[in-house]
Amino acid sequence: MFAPDIILAAVLNGLMTGSVYALIALGLTLVYGVLHIINFAHGATLTAAMFAVYVAQATLGIDPYLALLPITLLFFGLGYIVQRFVIGPASHGEDRNILLVTLGLSIVIENAMLSIFRSDTRSIDVPYAFESIDLGFTFLALPRVAAFGVALLVALLLGLLLTGTDTGKAIRAVAKEKTGAALAGIDVAHIYAVTFGLGAACVAIAACLLMPTFYVTPRAGNAFVLVAFTIVVLGGMGSIPGALLGALFIGVVESLCGLFFGESLGQIGIFLIFILVLLVKPTGLFGARA
Amino acid sequence: MIRAYGPALALIALAALVPFAVSANTVLNFVVFALIIALAAQGWNLLGGLAGQFSFGHAAFFGTGAYAAAILQTRYGVNAWAAFACGIALAGAVGWIIGFLSFRSGLRGSYFALVTLAFAEVFRILANASSVTGGAAGTLVKLDVRPENFQFASRGAFVWIAVALVGFVLLMTIAISRSRFGAWLTAVRENEDAARALGVDTLSVKLKAITLSAAITGAAGALYVQYYLYLDAGIAYGAWISVEALIAPIVGGIGTAFGPVLGAVALHVFGEVAKAVAGGIPGIDLVLYGLLLVATIAFAPDGLMGLLKRLARRKAQETR
Amino acid sequence: MLTVNAATKRFGGLVAVDAASLEVAPGSITGLIGPNGAGKTTLFTLIAGFETPSSGTILFDGADVTALPAHRRAERGIARTFQIVQPFAGLSVVENIAVGAYLRHPRRVDAQAKARAVADLVGLGGMLDQPAAALTVAGRKRLELARALATEPKLLLLDEVLAGLNPSEIRDMLPVIRQIRGRGVTILMVEHVMQAVMSLCEHIHVLAQGKIIAEGKPAEIAAHPAVIEAYLGQGAAKRLQAAPTGGAHA
Repeated sequence: MFAPDIILAAVLNGLMTGSVYALIALGLTLVYGVLHIINFAHGATLTAAMFAVYVAQATLGIDPYLALLPITLLFFGLGYIVQRFVIGPASHGEDRNILLVTLGLSIVIENAMLSIFRSDTRSIDVPYAFESIDLGFTFLALPRVAAFGVALLVALLLGLLLTGTDTGKAIRAVAKEKTGAALAGIDVAHIYAVTFGLGAACVAIAACLLMPTFYVTPRAGNAFVLVAFTIVVLGGMGSIPGALLGALFIGVVESLCGLFFGESLGQIGIFLIFILVLLVKPTGLFGARA
Repeated sequence: MIRAYGPALALIALAALVPFAVSANTVLNFVVFALIIALAAQGWNLLGGLAGQFSFGHAAFFGTGAYAAAILQTRYGVNAWAAFACGIALAGAVGWIIGFLSFRSGLRGSYFALVTLAFAEVFRILANASSVTGGAAGTLVKLDVRPENFQFASRGAFVWIAVALVGFVLLMTIAISRSRFGAWLTAVRENEDAARALGVDTLSVKLKAITLSAAITGAAGALYVQYYLYLDAGIAYGAWISVEALIAPIVGGIGTAFGPVLGAVALHVFGEVAKAVAGGIPGIDLVLYGLLLVATIAFAPDGLMGLLKRLARRKAQETR
Repeated sequence: MLTVNAATKRFGGLVAVDAASLEVAPGSITGLIGPNGAGKTTLFTLIAGFETPSSGTILFDGADVTALPAHRRAERGIARTFQIVQPFAGLSVVENIAVGAYLRHPRRVDAQAKARAVADLVGLGGMLDQPAAALTVAGRKRLELARALATEPKLLLLDEVLAGLNPSEIRDMLPVIRQIRGRGVTILMVEHVMQAVMSLCEHIHVLAQGKIIAEGKPAEIAAHPAVIEAYLGQGAAKRLQAAPTGGAHA
C-alpha cells in the first residue's frame, strides 16, 4: 500500500487538475443549462485557445498569464459571434440541428488547426514552469497552484455574474423559460450568444492556465472535454455547483486511479463512471431534473 | 413497384458496370472506399435519419464489425466469409446492447449522442490497450489471395461485392420506408408519445432500428478490413468514421434511401478535388466536410436529394 | 367498459389525482370536466397508460390494465388524442392516419385503405395527400381524431378536441363525434366547451383539485352546487340561486 503522504499528495494534485477541469466543465454546463444542448465544439474551442496561447508566447513573446485577459476577451467575442451569426441562424431553432452544427464546427476548427499547425506536439517555455512549493511531504508545481487559485476565482466570479447582474438574471431567466423571458422583453438570441461567449471564455482561461505545464496538439482539447462531459453528467447537466464539485471529484479520482492502476486505465475509469451515470441516473448526482 | 424500386435497380446495375468501364486502380480504390463509407452511412441513416436518433459514435459498430472479422480469421482460423458474417452479427449485438442500455433509461437527443460517442471512445481505448486486438501495433490479416479467403486479385471483384452490399441495403431501406416498420420509425422520430398512443412499442422499434443500423455499419467495417487487410484502434473506433457515417446522409438527404450513397460519393469526389487543389495540407478535406455539414443544415436541410427533387420539379414545369 | 378505482397520482409532494374513481358505460359518451389544473389530463394519462398511478387500479373490459404500458393498452382497444396536436410532420395526411391503422393491419395496402376510410369519416377525405404540417388547426384536430380512430379502439379518450376551434368549426365537429359513437366506440372526453359537453354527453364526472366532486346527467351537473362552486368560487351557488338567470357555461 502507499504511504498516507503519497496519497495526500495525489489528492492535492487531483484537486489542482480538477480545478482546470472545473473551468472547462463550467463552460459546458452553462451552455447546456441555457440552450439545453451539448456544445460538441467545446473541445475544439479549447484546442484553439491553447494554440492562441502558444502563438502569443512563441511568436509574440507574451506570457500566458499576461495573455489571459486579452485571450479571454477574444474568445468571448468569438463565441458570441459564432453563436449569434452561425449556430443560431443555421439551426432554424431546432435542437438536433444545433447538435449537428456544433459537431460540424468542431470538425472545422480541429482540422483547421491540423492544417495550420500540423500534428506536432507543441509546448511553450516559461521560466517558472518547474518552480514549486515545498509542503514538507511533497512539492506542488507553482503553475498548477496558480491554476487552482485562478480557476476557483473565476468560478466565484461566474457565480456572482449569474446571481448579481442584470445579464446574469436574464441568462437564468432564459435558462428557465425562454418563451416567458422573450415575452418579458429579453433578447433571447443575444442571451444565447452571451452564454456561448462565456462558455468560450471559460475554456480560454483554462487554456492560459494549462499551457505553462501542458502541450497542445490539434486534438488536445478532446481529451479534456470528454472528461468535462463526464463531470457535467455527474454533476447534473446545467448545474454550476455540480460542475465544480464533480470536477474536483473527478480530478481526485483520476489522480488516485493513476496512482493505483496506471495512467491509461485511469482514463477508462472515468469513462465507465460516465457511462454508468448516464445510464443509471442521467440527471446527475446533483441535478434536479432533466 | 417499378416506380418505387426502379431507380434503385438502375443505379445498382450502372454501378456494377464500373469495373468494365474503368481499370485504373486509383479509380477502383476510390470507388470501393466511397462505397464502404456509403454502407456505414446507410447504417447511420436507418437510425439517425429514419428513427431520428442521432448517434455520434457509429465507430463502435464499424470497429466491432472490422475487429471481429479480422480477429476471427487471424486468431481462430475461421473462414473469412464466416468471419465476415460473424462481424456483422456481433456489431448488431453491440448495437442492441448500447440501444437497450440507453433507450431503456430514456436517453435521447444530446444525451444519446453523448453516450454513443463515449462508447466508441471506450472501445477505442480498450482496443488500443488490449492484446487480442494487437494493441497499438494493430492487426494484420494475412495476404492469401483466394476467393474462399474473401481476397481477390482484381479490385473489380471488391467493387462488385461493395455494390452488392450497398445495393442490398438500398433496396432494403426502400422496402422499410414503405412498410409498417418504416411508418413506426417515422412516428418515433416525429413524436414518441403520439406513437405510443397509437400502439407503437417505441422501445422495441428503436432497438430494432439500432440493431439493424449497427449491423449495416458493422458490415462496412468488416468489408474495410477485408479490403485493406490492416486495422488499428484509430481506424476501427476512431471518430473519423462516426463523422463520415453521419455527414454523408445529412449532405445527401437525411432519411432518404439514396441520401447516404449520394452523400458519400459526392463528399469523396469533393474531398479528392479539394486535396488535389490544396496539395498536401493535412485535414483540409475534413475542414471542407465540416463546412459542408454546417452549410447543408443552414441552407439545404433536405440535402442533395432535396436539391435534385427541386431541380426535377422545375424541369417538369418548364417542359409543360 | 372502463372502471377507475381510487386512482391516485403524486408528483413529488403534489397530488395531481387524489383517489379518483369513475365508470364509463359501454357505448356511452361520458364527459370529464373540471376547472383548469383539476387533474383531468393527468387522469387521462393514467387511463391511457402514459403514467402509472401511485395507487389504485384501472380496469378495462373486465381486465386489470394498471400495469400495462400505453402501447399494450392501445392493442387492447384504448386510444387517446392529445390536447396539443402534433401531426407527424414529415408525413402526408393519409400516412399519418396509416400509422394508427398499422396496429391492426400490418400490410401497407390494408393500412392505407383503412386510413382512407377513417379520413372520410372525419371529413379529411379531400386532403389525403397534403402534407400534415399544412393543415389548419381544425384540420389538425380532425387528423388527431382520425389517427386514434384508425387503431380501431373500443374506448376513445378525447382530450379537448374542440379547444381552439371557432363556433362554426365546433358545430361541424359534434356530428363527427356522435357518428363515431354510433359505430360502437365508447367515448370519454375532457372538454372545456361546456355547451358541447352538455349536448354530447350522457354522463359527466367533475374533477376538482384531483378529486371527483360530482357525477350525473348533464342537467344534474349543471345544477350541482359543488360544481358551480368549483368553477366560480365559494358562495357562487348561493349567489346564482338569488339571481335565477344563471346557467353553466365557460
